[in-house]
Amino acid sequence: MSEVKTKRTAKAARGPYGNVGHALNELDDRLGSAKARNFLDKIFPDHWSFMLGEIALYSFVIILVTGTFLTLYYVPSQTVVTYRGSYAPLYGIKVTQAFASSVDLTFGVRGGLLMRQMHHWACDIFIGAMVVHMARVFFTGAFRKPRELNYSIGTTLLTLGIVNGFLGYSLPDDLVSGTGLRIAYSILESVPVVGTYLSFFVFGGNFPGTAVIPRFFILHVLLVPGIIMGMVGAHLFLLVRQKHTQFPGPGRTEKNVVGTPMFPVFMGKTTGYLFIVTGVTALLGAFVQINPIWLFGPYDAAKISYAVQPDWYMGFLDGALRIAPAWQTNNFGHTIPWEVTFPALILPGIIFGIAYAWPALERKLTGDKELHNLLDRPSEVPVRTAAGSAVLSLVIWLFIASSTDVIANFMHLSLNNVLWFMRIATFIVPVLTYIITLKICQEMRDADGSGRRKTPNLVTRTSEGEYVSTAAPYHEEMEHHEEVAVPVPTFVVKDDAPSSDGVRTVER
Amino acid sequence: MSTNEEHRTPVSLSSVSENDPRMQPAAKNPERVERWISLLFVLGFFGFIGFGWAYWVDAAPWILGSTVGFAFSLIGIGVVAWGKYLMPKGPFVEERHDLRSTDEERDAFAAAIIQRGGGVIKRRPLLGALLGGGLGVFGIVALFPVLRSLGPLPGKTLTRTDWKKGSYLVTQDGRRIHVDDYKISEVATVFPEGFEETTNGQAVDQTIIIRLDTEDFTTKKGRETWGPAGYVAYSKLCSHLGCPVGLYEQQLQLLVCPCHQSMFDVTVGAQPNFGPAPRPLPQLPLFIDKDGYLRSQSDYLEPVGPGYWERS
Repeated sequence: MSEVKTKRTAKAARGPYGNVGHALNELDDRLGSAKARNFLDKIFPDHWSFMLGEIALYSFVIILVTGTFLTLYYVPSQTVVTYRGSYAPLYGIKVTQAFASSVDLTFGVRGGLLMRQMHHWACDIFIGAMVVHMARVFFTGAFRKPRELNYSIGTTLLTLGIVNGFLGYSLPDDLVSGTGLRIAYSILESVPVVGTYLSFFVFGGNFPGTAVIPRFFILHVLLVPGIIMGMVGAHLFLLVRQKHTQFPGPGRTEKNVVGTPMFPVFMGKTTGYLFIVTGVTALLGAFVQINPIWLFGPYDAAKISYAVQPDWYMGFLDGALRIAPAWQTNNFGHTIPWEVTFPALILPGIIFGIAYAWPALERKLTGDKELHNLLDRPSEVPVRTAAGSAVLSLVIWLFIASSTDVIANFMHLSLNNVLWFMRIATFIVPVLTYIITLKICQEMRDADGSGRRKTPNLVTRTSEGEYVSTAAPYHEEMEHHEEVAVPVPTFVVKDDAPSSDGVRTVER
Repeated sequence: MSTNEEHRTPVSLSSVSENDPRMQPAAKNPERVERWISLLFVLGFFGFIGFGWAYWVDAAPWILGSTVGFAFSLIGIGVVAWGKYLMPKGPFVEERHDLRSTDEERDAFAAAIIQRGGGVIKRRPLLGALLGGGLGVFGIVALFPVLRSLGPLPGKTLTRTDWKKGSYLVTQDGRRIHVDDYKISEVATVFPEGFEETTNGQAVDQTIIIRLDTEDFTTKKGRETWGPAGYVAYSKLCSHLGCPVGLYEQQLQLLVCPCHQSMFDVTVGAQPNFGPAPRPLPQLPLFIDKDGYLRSQSDYLEPVGPGYWERS
């Protein structure tokens, strides 16, 4: 029996959710897409420290967008041309096409300066956010089983970010970046046994050659970003697969996640966050000058400028190179320039090696083979926190050491005294940091009421002048109220509906 | 059912026993196949060594390519044969599950999208509209820095060439053209003198001259003075897609575009008589000065090259 088709039956056939529901069902017939509801219901814990990784993600998006703009005008070539662009002070000077096009896209292209400065700022923010995000993950123990793999991916992303930052920094071929390239070349050269081959193969000959800019360009815009994108994808996939960690609290266990659902709450907030990161980057690009290559001028292998500083994330390497003593060995007719090899290759190798190895190291030291989804407060694990702080303090100290000349000049000290102070302090600072952090953490951990919500105390002064602290008498407002978390409701139920648990089955 | 047929029935990998015939290799004589594959792998091994040797001695490209090509091909054939003849031959079966979700899952998904998500905007339509409006404006406006910065506007550059009143016709190497330089039915590609200094000159100014006669030649009514001493000049840019109309068919007096075979009759104002070109090639009016040099009376009177929106 054929049914009479009317508008009403047609609407009924489309189901209770109308055309959109119908379209969703059509999609589900083909892909089984309705099972993606688990993803919509994914819970994101609400804690400010969880947004640090998002800053990194969104600044990376900005890097991609602004970087694409820059490639429309940048010419990756070391061919020497006479500059005839719009920036008058450089007019008529012989420069490489890379430099000329960088200056031209800054001043000759509408919005070029803003895009360049946003690109550079976004990169500094990207790497900074990754460092802070990594610190959060480290100090709260989020890297523990089962998340060691994602932690390694994150650490690799940090190194790739630093590498690509350096590659991009070299591309304008200005005086400062050229100096950086010279140093990078010499660092490659310092590798024992194969160093000269390495540097000649990377640069296509003796420094500077004519191949390094085109080579670094394709690495900077295709190869490394491609790898970063793939690893970001893997990082996020593992995050969804393993679910978030969370801080302990009422209703939070190793077996659940408490927070807001992906759709629409987190999605809304995080989109807003993307806009905020974009906005801040644009404001920085608009108001804070960064890397003014037109003031540095084109690279000239025989020229140098005072207070030559790399981008901040390379600072610790520069500092290490400055304070390393001039120890080279010469055995069997072969030189090993330890004064370069150690600070520039072995030291960062050790620092990142410790970072990679820490999860396994901690498992070994504590014998803890359990799965962990609840985070530690940093003070609860004094040794880890102290060790992390020590390494961090070493890196920060090396960063400070990259300004020995500026410090000596500014404070009217002898450069030699500053240098020796830095050298000695490099050993003292991490040890002191370790001891102090350890003591503070132990005190905090062992303090009465540690880890519990603070309650008011009443301090009274006796007639003898003695201060006495007693717990304040209980009153209603002292009670901390927190809603009990419930699963994300499958259906939104009207208040007058009979069911109260927020879940109902469909009647068909 | 015979045993033979039974063994052709697909079996699930999870329920097959180790001794099942379907777990046996397809080869009747596996040892023989293995020897052949070993041979392929050994040849591949030496192929790669040959590749290394060829690279070392900077051998000819065909040696470089054939060593690595043969090596990969032989090893590839060996690996495929290993899989085809020496691994369990099957057949094995895997169940196909419906992708479609259950009705409950579908309802729950639609509810999540429409009630939970859509409801957010439905409840605050003003915020939704304002946000959408703001971002929409950004979406449109954001295109400006990108699009507008990509290049200058065309302006009048598409309708003008570098030909001016009195421009000397010169060959590609800059030699001026004298009236006695060419015999009847000879052709030459010419440019306005000084074209090397311009950025697009070579592309837009290129003009082909053909000597059709010793007397003045009229290709069309109103062009009586354009072809002095039998020299006629046409834009060399095909009116179809802008290829240089580089072939001249002497007998038929046709200019032929090698890209898509449009043909232009040079005796009647380069009127197209074959192929996809929609318009005649623009003709450049010439004159011969008192020293006998060919010069242009003016620029082309219409835009050269293919059609576009603003072309009148």
